[in-house]
Amino acid sequence: MVATSSSVGSGAAGAAIFADSESRKYRYFEPRAKRATHYEDVTVDVQPDPERYLIQDWIISFPDGRGAYEKNFTKAQSSNWHAFRAPDQEWERTHYQRQSRIEVMVQAVIANGRKSGAQMAFDAAWGKTLQKHLGAWKHAEFGLGCALMQAQRGGYTQMINNATLTNSSYKLRLSQDITLYLAEIGMDIAGWDDEAGKTGWLEDPMWQGTREAVETIMGTEDYLEQYFAINLVFEPLVGELFRSGFLMQFGAANNDFMTPSVIAAAEGDYERNLANAIDLIWLLTHDEKFGAQNRTLFQSWAQKHSALADKAARQLQPIWSKPHSKPVSFEEARAVSEERFAKILGEVSLSR
Amino acid sequence: MSTLTLNKITAQKGISVADATRKCADLGWNPSYVREAMTYPSDYKITKAPRDPMKQVLRSYFSMQEEKDNRVYGALDAALRGDMFRNVEPRWVEWMKLFLAIIPFPEISAARSMAMVSRLAPGEDLRTGFTMQMVDEFRHSTIQMNLKKWYMENYIDPAGFDITEEAFGKCYATTIGRQFGEGFITGDAMTSACMYLTVVAETAFTNTLFVAMPSEAARNGDYALPTVFLSVQSDESRHIGNGHSLMMAALKEPENHLLIERDMKYAFWQNHAIVDAAIGTFIEYGTTDRDKNKESYAEMWHRWVYEDYYRTYMLPMEKYGIKIHHDDVTLAWERITKKNYVHKIGQFFAVGWPVNFWRIEAQTEKDFEWFEHKYPGWYAEFGDFWKWYAKLSKPGQKVITFNEEVGYVYPHRCWSSLVPCVIREDMVVGELNGQLHTFAHEIDRWTAVEAFADEFQGRPTPAMGRFSGKREWETLYDGVDLADAIVDLNFVRSDGKTLIPQPHLRFDDKDMWTLDHVRGHTLGSPLNALRGMDEATRKAHLADYAKGFTINPCN
Ligand SMILES: [Fe+2]
Ligand SMILES: [Fe+2]
Repeated sequence: MVATSSSVGSGAAGAAIFADSESRKYRYFEPRAKRATHYEDVTVDVQPDPERYLIQDWIISFPDGRGAYEKNFTKAQSSNWHAFRAPDQEWERTHYQRQSRIEVMVQAVIANGRKSGAQMAFDAAWGKTLQKHLGAWKHAEFGLGCALMQAQRGGYTQMINNATLTNSSYKLRLSQDITLYLAEIGMDIAGWDDEAGKTGWLEDPMWQGTREAVETIMGTEDYLEQYFAINLVFEPLVGELFRSGFLMQFGAANNDFMTPSVIAAAEGDYERNLANAIDLIWLLTHDEKFGAQNRTLFQSWAQKHSALADKAARQLQPIWSKPHSKPVSFEEARAVSEERFAKILGEVSLSR
Repeated sequence: MSTLTLNKITAQKGISVADATRKCADLGWNPSYVREAMTYPSDYKITKAPRDPMKQVLRSYFSMQEEKDNRVYGALDAALRGDMFRNVEPRWVEWMKLFLAIIPFPEISAARSMAMVSRLAPGEDLRTGFTMQMVDEFRHSTIQMNLKKWYMENYIDPAGFDITEEAFGKCYATTIGRQFGEGFITGDAMTSACMYLTVVAETAFTNTLFVAMPSEAARNGDYALPTVFLSVQSDESRHIGNGHSLMMAALKEPENHLLIERDMKYAFWQNHAIVDAAIGTFIEYGTTDRDKNKESYAEMWHRWVYEDYYRTYMLPMEKYGIKIHHDDVTLAWERITKKNYVHKIGQFFAVGWPVNFWRIEAQTEKDFEWFEHKYPGWYAEFGDFWKWYAKLSKPGQKVITFNEEVGYVYPHRCWSSLVPCVIREDMVVGELNGQLHTFAHEIDRWTAVEAFADEFQGRPTPAMGRFSGKREWETLYDGVDLADAIVDLNFVRSDGKTLIPQPHLRFDDKDMWTLDHVRGHTLGSPLNALRGMDEATRKAHLADYAKGFTINPCN
């Protein structure tokens, strides 16, 4: 290797001392804690804006004059959109690590389960329940994933949009996990109808409330309303109700250990996304300038989406009586979910 | 060769990839309670569902990407263990301050743009492709931020890396990169997120970005950039597939043809103007390797853009009735080979060094020889300029930007690409919203005035974007002292006086320029000046501008 063109014969840190030769931290943003985390370093300010630091302003606009990212892409307001940091601190490497771990686990569960004939041991009624109702549910997860893909375009900062992006990635992965899980166990179960889920989703009265709630979120233009409605309202009232309150609890009782394992990953995903969402919404409800009006706004979002979610949940009730073995009643599951919802709202100073 | 393992013997038959893909696409449905909002509208009408050419599901995606990541991060560790920075060429790494300030924003914009394309066409066949691209681009953006942080931590002069994203929003050079990135996410959803981003930027230009750059990096002792960028490039075929599929669905409606022609023309020309300016400069001027057997940027352009893209991607579109702008491709080629586009940009960046945030070193005799070999006639046009630049690199000299002895004339900006109008004879002045604007070429005027408008050739185009903002960077500091502008830009080291940019690679305080060395020169906006002229003066000025300038001999 030839000597470098450097005047000091090396391009390495410390080879010379001069002004800022030891300036080895990004110095254009305030870290949340004393030291910037790796997540902050690779995330903060990558999406710029006229406050940070577009001195030329946005240089292309939509025909109505709005730039690439505007504060009014949501009705919520903030005196500092830049303050939010996602508690899960996710960046590309941690995202792939986590997603890949889940995929490996899910595939191992399915492969090992099928190898040992686990799906043959399902209670017959349980098999039918999965075929139709888990089959229908995968579309709900997919719809939410698509809504979040839409929403990750709208936020005012990189931190908000990346948290929304990973949330979308988790949901879409889950919808495909369920799809392939059902298709694969269906290969071993005589008379399995893999289309029954979609038909149920589109036509069965039990699922129409859920579909309406999901379509309403998909049809919403305000990215923050989408993010709020999914994580703070729909998930506790319908998502967890069905995943935890039904699939997880009924699986084991009906000789099925595979379904709870496939679904367990989703509960982990939600814990993280919920933590992200609560932090963001908390900041906005406690904003010194806009806190009060944000609370009014969020209260109206909570009302609108919880009315739809409540209706969805009530319509799902008959599913709890389908399997033979019934470890919990719908009312019990619903009570847990109600309590969870109230607690979540309480954390961000809202109420039912 | 496969080995038989117990696992394989007892393995259950999984579902086929084709089946898996079909079932995942079938997750979508037509909403009947609430219609999806068209938050990001387009003037294109797509009624046929695009097909997924890639047959992919997420199940295998994440672990494949994790594995790629492991290789990248492993290589970064290995580079440090191998003491890469001892032998790295600072001339090269300095340009990475510019490149890596720009690129994470276009990358994340590409992720955001998936929101815009995913609702344009019926069906959900491409949803998995869009999901992967969204997460891929999130990967690209943050892996590049990580690489930059790594340079900052290990390279001899971290200044410039340490203010990177702030500098991106402010610098007179990064403005070009913002035009590129904003182009992916603003205006007509199909124009920006499919045609400009995928059909042109990713399909035609990512090879120069992500393959040519890495080879040059390696020649300069930088093994980190190749690892990261070749890994990034390995995701691109997926993205190219998405764009092609969506465009083919759009092609099925004859009324989209005019828009496809418009967007191919705009996107090709602007990508050429921006990418060739930036990447051409990095590769030709950021290197110390002057091996005459290696391909020049022009030679690579011919292979990747002309042969691969123009001949095998664009030309076949003619059979669908799309008018291809053959002349523009030839014009771009001639700008690079005959009109010294890249060299003039390299020269412009050098002239503006005090308002940059990295170091630009002078080209020397060894470089001259290579340039002359690859671009005959280069020395006559640029040799003296670089000698001047070397001479004026010592603090205390009159800064080259304002040094009349040199003979350089500061250029006008192109209102369309934001790259300066360096090929002086091609500059065009046009009117937009009743005001004069300067354009680097007639096609740039066409882009700003005719393409980015609410009507195109008599056809209403209500979704089309507009060029906006304070597009001419120079307007911001019109009449401001150079030193005050640098303070305002925050391109000052933390001692409060030494400049972050330097016109040399001497790592010693006594050789470094400070605010005092550049004070006393007033920046000006060529556009404001032009608008302020009476007609006769303006005519004379433009005629003069078209004639170009001559660099005085430097002894
Ligand atoms: Fe990318
Ligand atoms: Fe890409």
